[in-house]
Amino acid sequence: MKIYGVALLAFCFLTGKFIGNLLGVAIGINGDVGGVGFGMVLLIFVNGYMRKKGWLEPLTEKGILFWSAMYIPVVVAMSATQNVKAAISEGPIAIIVGVTVTLTGFFLVPLISKIGRKKQNN
Amino acid sequence: MEIIEKLVDKNGLVFAFLVVGAIMWSSYWVSKNILRKKIPGVAIAIIVGLMLAFFGNKKGIADVSLFGGMAVLGGSMLRDFTVVSTAMGADFSKIKQAGLAGTIGLFIGVIFSFFLGVILASILGYTDVVSLTTIGAGACTYIVGPVTGSALGATSDVIAISIATGVVKVIVTTIATPILAKRIGLDNPHSAVVFGGLMGTTSGVAAGLAATDPKLVPYGALTATFSTGLGCLLCPSIFYFILKIIWG
Repeated sequence: MKIYGVALLAFCFLTGKFIGNLLGVAIGINGDVGGVGFGMVLLIFVNGYMRKKGWLEPLTEKGILFWSAMYIPVVVAMSATQNVKAAISEGPIAIIVGVTVTLTGFFLVPLISKIGRKKQNN
Repeated sequence: MEIIEKLVDKNGLVFAFLVVGAIMWSSYWVSKNILRKKIPGVAIAIIVGLMLAFFGNKKGIADVSLFGGMAVLGGSMLRDFTVVSTAMGADFSKIKQAGLAGTIGLFIGVIFSFFLGVILASILGYTDVVSLTTIGAGACTYIVGPVTGSALGATSDVIAISIATGVVKVIVTTIATPILAKRIGLDNPHSAVVFGGLMGTTSGVAAGLAATDPKLVPYGALTATFSTGLGCLLCPSIFYFILKIIWG
């Protein structure tokens, strides 16, 4: 049943958030420290383990895949509900940061490809 | 008219599905038929979203009562839930395929994007650690920014900047990849794997590689898929603390 997949996702999500919040308390900031990341790591492990055991029914998987297909639409809705007016008044920072970081990234490609290749040959 | 208003008001989330569906459909249509896929539909859809936010103030278009449901659909709960679900497509055994170079590229990609973003933001006058972290996270991908920002309690305008930064990255990656591919030796699976990890934006990498050489797309997408997860893990935790120590 699809709900099994949704429930499994909810479990990973909540556990990840719980770890994130615990970590937040431990370090003394009032927030969620990497909770989404922990949730993702957990889902990757659970998914891999269940697949190996043959426990992952196609329908269960579909329950998770539906939400992953809703990711972009949710991001669009999120974008539409931000304080964009105030953001624009801060100037072209998004363009400056976005362009500089991306172009720098391009020129790191030959550098990293080289390092990796040498090590692989060894 | 009154009936419709009442209907939408009571069923805000369902109405938001309809609105976002229409945005997605028209954005992908424009991308395919007018821009000949030069800019991915995803990037256009997010830009349309950001433009719609102009019709409101603090909560973007959700300030207009008819569109209140957009705040539910785009709220942090559903956002984080769908972000976690995308990990379904990632598989740790695949990281072995990416090899050492791919893995190093992935980490360097997140680290350098974040810190370069932070440095630029601080030059441009940001001083508080939460805003700096959020903008740096936005320089990773358009999802790492808002996930980090809302986890740390950043203001909505800073989160909007982080989304926009990520979208600029998608667009620049898409357009510049076919132009720069030769110069950076991006013509084999090995460098495509490195490239995917360094850039991090799956949609930008996929669209850019498709315009360069469609055979390279799966290699680039392989590492790019892991980037958002790694960013969501590192930015609001380790990176935030590093900045907290530096800025005090």
